[in-house]
Amino acid sequence: MSTDALQASDNPEPRPRAELLSALGHRILLTVGPILVSLIIAGLILVFVGVDPIKYYAYVLDRGLFSPSGIQQTLTRMAPMLFLAAGLIVAFRAGIWNLGVDGQFLLGAVTAAASAPLLVAVVPAWLAAVIAFVIAACVAMAWSLVPALLKAYHGVNEIITTLMMTFLGISLANVLVKLAFLDPNTTVPQTRTLPVEDRLPRLFDTTISSGLLLGLVAIIAVHILMTRTAFGLKLRTVGANPHAAIHAGLNVPRLTVAVFALSAGLAGLAGAVDIIGVQGNVRADWNPGYGLLVIPMVFLARFNGFAAIGFVLLLSVLSIGGESAARRLGVPNHFTLVLIATVLIVLAIVEYVDSRFLKKTRA
Amino acid sequence: MDALFTQMFLGALFFGAITAAVPLLLAGLGEQMSEKAGVLNIGIEGMMIAGAYFGFLTAYQAESIWLGFIGGAAAGLAVALVMALLCVRLGLNQIVIGIGLTLGLEGLTALLHHIQFSRTYPRLPAPQILEIPLLADIPVIGPALFKHHPMVYLSVALVFVMIFLYRRTQFGLNLQAAGDKPAALDVAGVDVATTRTVAVLATGALAGIGGAYLANVGAGLFVPFITNGAGFLGIVLAMLARGRPMWVLFGALLFGVSLALTTALQVAGINIPTDVIQMIPFLAVIVMLVVFGRRSSLPAALGIPYQRGER
Repeated sequence: MSTDALQASDNPEPRPRAELLSALGHRILLTVGPILVSLIIAGLILVFVGVDPIKYYAYVLDRGLFSPSGIQQTLTRMAPMLFLAAGLIVAFRAGIWNLGVDGQFLLGAVTAAASAPLLVAVVPAWLAAVIAFVIAACVAMAWSLVPALLKAYHGVNEIITTLMMTFLGISLANVLVKLAFLDPNTTVPQTRTLPVEDRLPRLFDTTISSGLLLGLVAIIAVHILMTRTAFGLKLRTVGANPHAAIHAGLNVPRLTVAVFALSAGLAGLAGAVDIIGVQGNVRADWNPGYGLLVIPMVFLARFNGFAAIGFVLLLSVLSIGGESAARRLGVPNHFTLVLIATVLIVLAIVEYVDSRFLKKTRA
Repeated sequence: MDALFTQMFLGALFFGAITAAVPLLLAGLGEQMSEKAGVLNIGIEGMMIAGAYFGFLTAYQAESIWLGFIGGAAAGLAVALVMALLCVRLGLNQIVIGIGLTLGLEGLTALLHHIQFSRTYPRLPAPQILEIPLLADIPVIGPALFKHHPMVYLSVALVFVMIFLYRRTQFGLNLQAAGDKPAALDVAGVDVATTRTVAVLATGALAGIGGAYLANVGAGLFVPFITNGAGFLGIVLAMLARGRPMWVLFGALLFGVSLALTTALQVAGINIPTDVIQMIPFLAVIVMLVVFGRRSSLPAALGIPYQRGER
């Protein structure tokens, strides 16, 4: 320890940089390694199923990452996931297990889909989009109010309440689509469709929705909020030790409600960005279930916004590539779930091995 | 005519309610045991779907519903073994591993089903029914409550076994201690990891049987994603029950009635969207929570891996 400090002071420039590089290399190795291992494990399942794994992976990578249309779809798909990850990071860092993002997402999506086509008739498209975003965020926030108040003032465990509200929210979203916001001009139960030209603009000459930029801004803003501001410190204090936070003079119930509002609001925006940016309408029984996929990614990123961007990209590549492979190679899309789960579990095990054995030998 | 119709309606409703409640009851009782021991078992949905698929497969191949239950329990147990190894022995994050197992098994069972049966959904023969003598002759409620597959009675009996286990046995106390103050259990000379492992394995077996019941008796066939959140409902039930097996039974019946109400109303020709009725039990529970709003007393060490020697 002391010799380290001495060396560092003797030679301040190269040493830290080398250390930083080796630490970064270590991190990258610890991320890429497990992914390769998972690909091998999942590949064995493919062999069992009778599909050439190398051909399959090559196809997934090509369609999800390297082909122009694939990468554009992948980047577009990232937008709602980034918003969800941002919302989850706020909650998890504050020690609040908001497992109800799927319900908040769907209600945000449905209200955005219901309001945007009506709004474009009266106001310019950009203003309609802004208002729809605000409505979606407010509805999702309102949806989180019951769990928030129960947690803040009665100490009712938020895992139960948010899970229940998400079941309730999925049903309510369906009821709204089928009964209230039904498009009278189609026979399929779905909301009115937002015309393509009124959706979020595409970036440059690509098909990438500008929602991607909004998502990146959201997650980076959340990262800065949580790590660099006094408000973020307060939230992290509540998360680390609520009793200590009370003694530090923080208004824990009010902060709890604020966390729920922020987290659910971002989940609602995720729904809005998917609708206003890509889908244009909500069909009955539509539920992409992004929340359940993003929650573990946020854990693996250790609630770090920048790392979460990387994991969301990975998730997006796998899901877009997997969907194409399902159509072309006849491997059902369910395999993507298996692959993602394998990556998750192997990454978690490697994290453990690293913190338990490798760090010890270095120290 | 009208009275007969009402009778048939009520009979179908109660019968359906019990069929729908049994998987929830088994999942809830299982989850309750894990939670008592301090493990938040989010992988229970995965254990159920594994039980549903392998339970169905065994029953289909062996042409025996009972072997199907054994197959389902074995599959749930196998998943629970992975969960116990990673989350109890190694102390990995229970939410990450739980969601990972759920996603992976939902995908894997759907994939295996696709390969095996492609797009056909073979049906099992109707399960054999055990009529309780005398009681089954009561009008309306008799056939609804006492003409079921034997597994229904077994799972209700399990509620009382659980009550006995928690209240009267040393192992029940050990479970409680593993969830509330694992360090104290460790000092008392009982291995925390073993106690928790047993609890997680029992959860897996129960969830597997629940899944097998859902596929083999409830539906008579397996379709991908058949559990459709039943495991998560089990988590909700276990948490609401605050450690009391009897409350899991009541909760499961409440959700069972509302699930059955959907089909019963459709049979009766009343056209209310299924989604509206599915909202009822959640609304009821949330209103109860808002009105009574008492602190949920969950085990103190729930979700926290135990490492000897840590603060």
